[in-house]
Amino acid sequence: MTLSLLFQHIVNALSLGSLYALIAIGYTMVYGILRLINFAHGDVFMLGAYVAFYGITLVSLPWWAALLVSIVFTAFFGIGLEKVAYKPLRDSPRISIMISAIGASFLLESLGVLIFGGRPKGVPVPDVLSKVLHFGSVSMITVSLLIPLFTFALLGVLLWIVNKTKTGMAMRAVSTDIEAARLMAVDVNRIVSFTFGIGSLLAAFGGIMWSFKYPQLNPLMGVMPGLKCFIAAVIGGIGSIGGAVLGGFLLGIIEIMMVAFLPTLSGYRDAFAFILLIVVLLVKPTGLLGKRQAEKV
Amino acid sequence: MKKAVGIVLLTVGIAALIVACGPAAPKTVKFGVFEPLTGANAGGGALEVEGIKLANELYPTVMVGDKEYKIELVIADNKSDKVEAANAAQRLVDKDKVNVVLGSWGSSLSMAAGPIVKNAKVSAIGLSCTNPLVTKDNEYYFRVCFIDPFQGTVMANYSFKNLNAKKAVIIREVSNDYSVGLAKFFADAFKQLTGDENAILAELNYNTGDTDFSAQLTEVKKFKPDVIFAPGNYTESALIIKQAKELGITVPFLGGDTWETPEFIDVGKQAVEGVVFSTFFATETPITDTSKVFLDAYRQKYNKEPAAVTALGFDGYLVARDAIQRAGSLDKDKVRAAIAETKDYPGATGMITLNADGDAVKSAVIKTVKDGKFVYMATVQPY
Repeated sequence: MTLSLLFQHIVNALSLGSLYALIAIGYTMVYGILRLINFAHGDVFMLGAYVAFYGITLVSLPWWAALLVSIVFTAFFGIGLEKVAYKPLRDSPRISIMISAIGASFLLESLGVLIFGGRPKGVPVPDVLSKVLHFGSVSMITVSLLIPLFTFALLGVLLWIVNKTKTGMAMRAVSTDIEAARLMAVDVNRIVSFTFGIGSLLAAFGGIMWSFKYPQLNPLMGVMPGLKCFIAAVIGGIGSIGGAVLGGFLLGIIEIMMVAFLPTLSGYRDAFAFILLIVVLLVKPTGLLGKRQAEKV
Repeated sequence: MKKAVGIVLLTVGIAALIVACGPAAPKTVKFGVFEPLTGANAGGGALEVEGIKLANELYPTVMVGDKEYKIELVIADNKSDKVEAANAAQRLVDKDKVNVVLGSWGSSLSMAAGPIVKNAKVSAIGLSCTNPLVTKDNEYYFRVCFIDPFQGTVMANYSFKNLNAKKAVIIREVSNDYSVGLAKFFADAFKQLTGDENAILAELNYNTGDTDFSAQLTEVKKFKPDVIFAPGNYTESALIIKQAKELGITVPFLGGDTWETPEFIDVGKQAVEGVVFSTFFATETPITDTSKVFLDAYRQKYNKEPAAVTALGFDGYLVARDAIQRAGSLDKDKVRAAIAETKDYPGATGMITLNADGDAVKSAVIKTVKDGKFVYMATVQPY
């Protein structure tokens, strides 16, 4: 393999990995606070992409305005989803709330088919984001360059919120012990809503970036990225924000490099992601950056 | 005791109701429409359903013996999924008790229904599923389109003669029988034409539903082929071609009939300009009187040009209707025999004659994408 091809593979891997990382953060945030794997995360991701799509095509908003509208809408949608599907079950066994999450996921997918239609839609990608950049023999589109930047910026902001602000302190308190936090006058409902808002906002942002990079929408588009990013979050240590980013990049790099070095096995790419999940769960169940916990989901 | 009497009365009541309804009910023949209406193949399925519905509007009845029956379409969504396809086919033959099945877009989906229609002895007519295995060893599955050994040869010939290509790379959808089969037939024909055992530099795989192909395409760059053959579903194919352009790959892309859907251009936009693929029918060269009837009706109703698979949907319906008329009966075996005997039936896509395998022997059409539209290039006769 020549050096320029290797560089191209690395660029591909980083751009895919950063997208995984972006979505994995949302999974890990919700899990960190509620110990809930939000299986509907991938479908919130889909919703975000569709709202932005209709913002651009139906209302002819400029792409950045559509992005903002979609993010705000999806954040409130996530808060609403939590109120309807998860809050009534907060004191039930963990398994009930998880099943409710699976139900929410199927509901959103079916509503997507009903409302948006089952046929795939092409996304009008703004020229400024789809411009091809050449660095020597290595090429990429602008949005692939922007996604890692956004991912790291969001990582910084989130770490700051969680570690430096009062809300963040309350989040950490809820995460450690929800009852004790309530006794310490932490408004648990507000913190949970806030977490879901942030998680859904990240999902929407990820969905829109995804649809600019792979300009095609369908109501089931969130299923595979949802699973992959769940794997990324688990690899990195679910509950850890830095771990989710690490896991996302790792998954992207492994997927691309597998095809690069073993092209004949390229059809088994998804299988490798799942094998990786099994290996991590066997060797280091808490993930790379996760803390040891006695709880099980 | 009281309960038992109740059940007896109820049974008698229902029986009486059935007898009473029997003669009064309108006589209908049911055509099961077995197509993907959601999921990755929904665009293709919808196009075929358009053709079937149009045929149903123009020819809503069928003569069985000397009685006129109304044709009712029972539409079942197979959700672009092999497991769901088997369920949908089972439902059509068991619950809806259809007389004939039409479809499905996608050879894998049709193959999932194969054993089911065979066991139920209900004849099925594939519209655009081109993998040879759909009709092989299944005397109840027919189709109104050509098959992939021919289609693969057409594209190999085009690469060798028109593009002067000596080396090719294949990118195939490894979980899709259509894609794998067509890739193989192309490879065989291309090797034979070039006389070079190593004319296929590489065969790269991806899975249905993948969105990122950058790793495979970076590999393609390494091989420097003259042409890339990438048969597969239109959704993934459009993304592959788009990402190839982004990586600076300028080699011509060739594909198969599945590309001819509006979504292919909608997703691929500028990137798919100039790609070349084989398909069944071009509106620029109407072949039979039925072609004109179909084109006029379609243009009037939808105010656009029909896709080839829409014309095949129209033809599948007409072939089934014609066979029932010739059989003069709704007996499953008589209908099957009548479909098998279809000879020189003037369909919208040409004269339809089914061979011993139940496949139509027809010419292929080569099309390209120009200014965001599918444009006719040439017609290739079967040999």
